[in-house]
Amino acid sequence: MTSPASKLNSDLSQDSSSLFGRIFRLNKLGRRILSLVIFFGVWQFLCAIKFQFLINFGFLPTPVEVVQATWDFFTSDPWVHLRSSIIRVLLGYAIAAVLGIILGIVIGTWQKADDLLSPPLELLRPIPAVAWIPLAILMFPTAEAGMIFITFVGGFFPVLISTIKGVESTLNDTVLIRVGQCLGAKSWHIFQDIVIPGALPSIASGLVIGMGNAWFCLVTAEILAGRYGVGYITWESYVTSNYPPIVMGMLLIGLMGALSSWVVSRLTAALMPWRTIKKQGA
Amino acid sequence: MQDIAVQAQASTQITYGLVEVRDLTVRFGDRQKTTILDKINFTVEPGSFVCLLGPSGCGKSTVLNSIAGFVNPTDGAILVDKQAVTKPGADRGFVFQQYSLLPWKTTFQNVEFGLRIKGIPKAKRRELVGEYLNRVGLYNRRDSYPHQLSGGMKQRASIVRALINSPSVLLMDEPFSALDAQTRHMMQELLMEIWHEFKTTVIFVTHDIEEAVFLGDRILVMGVNPGHIKEDIVIDLQRPRHIDDTLTPEFIQISRRVLATIREETLRSMESS
Repeated sequence: MTSPASKLNSDLSQDSSSLFGRIFRLNKLGRRILSLVIFFGVWQFLCAIKFQFLINFGFLPTPVEVVQATWDFFTSDPWVHLRSSIIRVLLGYAIAAVLGIILGIVIGTWQKADDLLSPPLELLRPIPAVAWIPLAILMFPTAEAGMIFITFVGGFFPVLISTIKGVESTLNDTVLIRVGQCLGAKSWHIFQDIVIPGALPSIASGLVIGMGNAWFCLVTAEILAGRYGVGYITWESYVTSNYPPIVMGMLLIGLMGALSSWVVSRLTAALMPWRTIKKQGA
Repeated sequence: MQDIAVQAQASTQITYGLVEVRDLTVRFGDRQKTTILDKINFTVEPGSFVCLLGPSGCGKSTVLNSIAGFVNPTDGAILVDKQAVTKPGADRGFVFQQYSLLPWKTTFQNVEFGLRIKGIPKAKRRELVGEYLNRVGLYNRRDSYPHQLSGGMKQRASIVRALINSPSVLLMDEPFSALDAQTRHMMQELLMEIWHEFKTTVIFVTHDIEEAVFLGDRILVMGVNPGHIKEDIVIDLQRPRHIDDTLTPEFIQISRRVLATIREETLRSMESS
């Protein structure tokens, strides 16, 4: 470990008197909290001085106003909104995960399936969630189903693409496949014991990204909502020019998205005890 | 060559492990223009240890891959115990040059995999795998994942993973080339011990002359452009052999002879590349 980065790191941490030295000596949690404090501090400061150069902070709600809006939200029956949003995202995501993994394995394994399925999927993939809104209204009997569909669209493609790539690269790992063959493995064993575990790290990252994307599409989805949902509040507040709840809604979606992505990444890591990930300076 | 066959039959009752390579020709590439191997012929007697030695690019790994069934010959045939090879199978164990344990399986699960494919009951598997792991000193590492093992440990596990299927022949493709010198010597001695115990036919690919002379009953020296068998050298050094035998005059004399043959081919391969 003599890379320039780690060297710099250790030089700084030895110098405990400087501010940078102290920051580097903080533990992992400390550093993460510090990054949030700086983020909100800079935001409040820019609002306070009505910063205006390329970006205008003058009309932006300050963190304090957002905290006030958040307080109001949580003291007046927040659960009905949270529950509606969580159910929509989780249902859309669950369908996306199952379908993405199954289709990904099929497309990654068989050339004919690839030829038959990939062109329409590739055509649909770049379409943003918001463009689906009119069709979602036309295609589904209820707004609820339409909203689940839009979160599904967000989650599906990352899972699909990562699964295809994972399966393809494992199948192209000559040594791994030969190991199975010279132990007498039939297709099923190669699939179950080599291809699936070999593709798992890639599938797992698709699942984590897909989870974030499903939340990403929530505001879009809940444009269709009549009354409830965190995304609905965000959209509705914009329509009624009530700005602090918009930022609250954004942060709430960010928070729930980050939290659920973290849960997915923990769950998938538990499926792969053979993997240990170590970063520089960890 | 004949007296080795007689010797093998006299000393043990080996009934399987006969490998016959007949007119093996392999061509690759666009309309099969590049000839990798040209009409290779040799027979490996049951229970013997044959080394394929040659400079890089002589096609020695292709010979091994053809016997394994990984590569389909353009022409000719390979018979293992009189059965024509058409595809890979558990009757031909393979130890790869690269570390090839499945990263998501523990040592135990890696060695067990072949038995599971065969449908051997769990209790029997546990017993057998335990026995084999014990034999190579890996029993207390049975629950480790490959990334937690040293290079030598990984190759020991790979060897027993192949052997536990009781293959007719064990094919080894430069299995120790990634190891440091000390570990390599230990692995060579361990392989000798195991071979004496199991009496399995071994075909061992290497580019290391000392290794080939130390391990083999016979060395098939391969030449380049296209790959062919240049010389078939019988190593009649007494067994069991130990690593300090590599310093005896007999050993050095044989190594010299092999070196002279192979140098010619190495020069040819360098000129043509």
